[in-house]
Amino acid sequence: MDQTEFLFQILLPVLMEGLVITLKLIVLTAPFGLVLGILVAVGRVYGSKPVSLLCKGAVAFIKGTPLLLMLFILYFGLPSVGITLSAFVASLVGFIMCNGAYNSEYIRGAISSVKEGQIIAAQALGMTRMQAVRHIILPQALIRAIPGLSNEFIYLIKYSSLAYMLTVIELTGAGKMVATKYFEYTEVFVIVGAIYLLLVTITTIAAMLIERKVAVPGMTQSGRNMLDIL
Amino acid sequence: MENTETILRVENIHKSFGDLEVLKGVSFDVKKGETICFIGPSGTGKSTLLRCINLLTQPDQGSVWLGDGEVTNSGKNIDYFRQRIGMVFQNFFLFDHLTAVRNVEIALIKVKGMKPKEAREKALHELRQVGMEEWAEHYPAELSGGQAQRVSIARALAMDPDVILFDEPTSALDPELTREVLEVMKKLAQAGMTMLVVTHEMGFACSVANRIMFMEHGEIKEQGSPDELMNDTKFERCKNFIGQFSDISGD
Repeated sequence: MDQTEFLFQILLPVLMEGLVITLKLIVLTAPFGLVLGILVAVGRVYGSKPVSLLCKGAVAFIKGTPLLLMLFILYFGLPSVGITLSAFVASLVGFIMCNGAYNSEYIRGAISSVKEGQIIAAQALGMTRMQAVRHIILPQALIRAIPGLSNEFIYLIKYSSLAYMLTVIELTGAGKMVATKYFEYTEVFVIVGAIYLLLVTITTIAAMLIERKVAVPGMTQSGRNMLDIL
Repeated sequence: MENTETILRVENIHKSFGDLEVLKGVSFDVKKGETICFIGPSGTGKSTLLRCINLLTQPDQGSVWLGDGEVTNSGKNIDYFRQRIGMVFQNFFLFDHLTAVRNVEIALIKVKGMKPKEAREKALHELRQVGMEEWAEHYPAELSGGQAQRVSIARALAMDPDVILFDEPTSALDPELTREVLEVMKKLAQAGMTMLVVTHEMGFACSVANRIMFMEHGEIKEQGSPDELMNDTKFERCKNFIGQFSDISGD
C-alpha cells in the first residue's frame, strides 16, 4: 500500500467522518454557549444579590476545574444519581458550560466598559433597567466582546477533541484509531493538526469580517485595522 | 402667560450624600410653558435637584408631582413619569452604537411601542426641529459636541414630554457650539415647551427664562424674573454672582 492510497482511501474518509462529529459538537455548542454567557454575565452584573452570587460561583467552579474532569463527572458520574447521558450529549453539556462560563467573563468585561451615562440616558427616556440592558448596554458590550468571544470559539474548536475521552469518535479520535491501526502516528497527526489549523484560520478570518461589519465609528477600530494588515 | 396651570410641583426635597447635605429642602412650582433657569456656584445641588425630579437620584425626603401624579413613591410607574419628563445631559449621553436617527427613535419603539416606520418619521421630524436631519445616519462619534447635544434634545423631544430638564447642556461646549445649542433651546422655550435649565449661561438665563432661581448651599436663596434679580436691591447675592461674569466679559 503506497502513501497516496493510504491517504485517500483510508485516512481521509475516516477523518472526514470524525470532522463531521467535531463540527456538530462545535456548531451545537457555540450558540448555547453564547446565550449562556450573556445570561450569566447579565446575571452577575445586574442580577439580584443571590443571582449574582450564583453566577459568580458557577463561573468560579467551571474556571477552577479541568474540563476533562467535568466531562468525566457528566458521563461517568451522573449515572450514579440516575442521570444517564450519551457520550455525545455529555460532551455537549460540558462544552456549553465551559464555553458559557468563559464567554460570560468576556461579556462581563465588555459590559463594565460601557459608560454609565448610557444606562442613565436610557432610564431617563423611560426604559426599565432590563430594557436598557437589552437594547443599549448589551449591543455595545457584544460589539466590544467579539475579539474575546472569537478567541473562546477557537478554544472550543480545539478542546472539542476532549470528547474523544468519552468515546466520541471526533476528529482527533478518528485520527488516533487510524494511527494505531497502521502505525502511522506522525503523518496522521500532522494531517489532523492541519485540519484544526484550517478550522481556526477560517474562524479567525470570519471573526475579523464580523468585527468589521459591526464596527461603529468611535466605538471600535480594531476590525478595520486588522483586516488592512491581511 | 395665558395658561397658568401648574404642571410640576417640587416640595421640600432633601438629599444627602454621606455627611454632605446637598439639598436642604427645595420647593417650587412650575407652570406650563415656563422656562426656569437654575444658576449659582458649582456644587450647590443644582444638578442633583434635576436628577431628584425624575428620580435618577432618589431624594431622601420630599415629593415631586407631575400634574396630579406623584413621581416620588411611584414604584414601577417611574418609567411612565420618565417618559413625560425629558432630560438633556451635560455630556449628551447619546447611545454610542446607534446613528442619530436611531438614537431618537429607539425609545419610541421600545418604550412607547410605536411602529418602526412611524417612529422613523417622528425621529426625522424632531431632528429637523433641531437642524440635524441631514446628520441622521451619522454616529455620535462623528458629530461635534453641539450637534450631539442637538440630537439629544431631539431625542428628549420625540417622547412628547410635559417638561424637559436640561442639566448644564452647554457646559461641555465651546462658545460657538454653545450658541447653536442655546438657539435651539430658545426656540423651544418660545414654542411653549416647559423647561428647567441648570446653566452658567447668564445671557441665556436673562433673556429666555421666565424665572431665575439662584441656588447656594443646597437652597434656593433668591428667585424672581430676570429683571427683578438684576434690578431689585433685595437680590444682592445673586447680582454679585452674576456680576462676576459681567466683570470678566466686560473688558
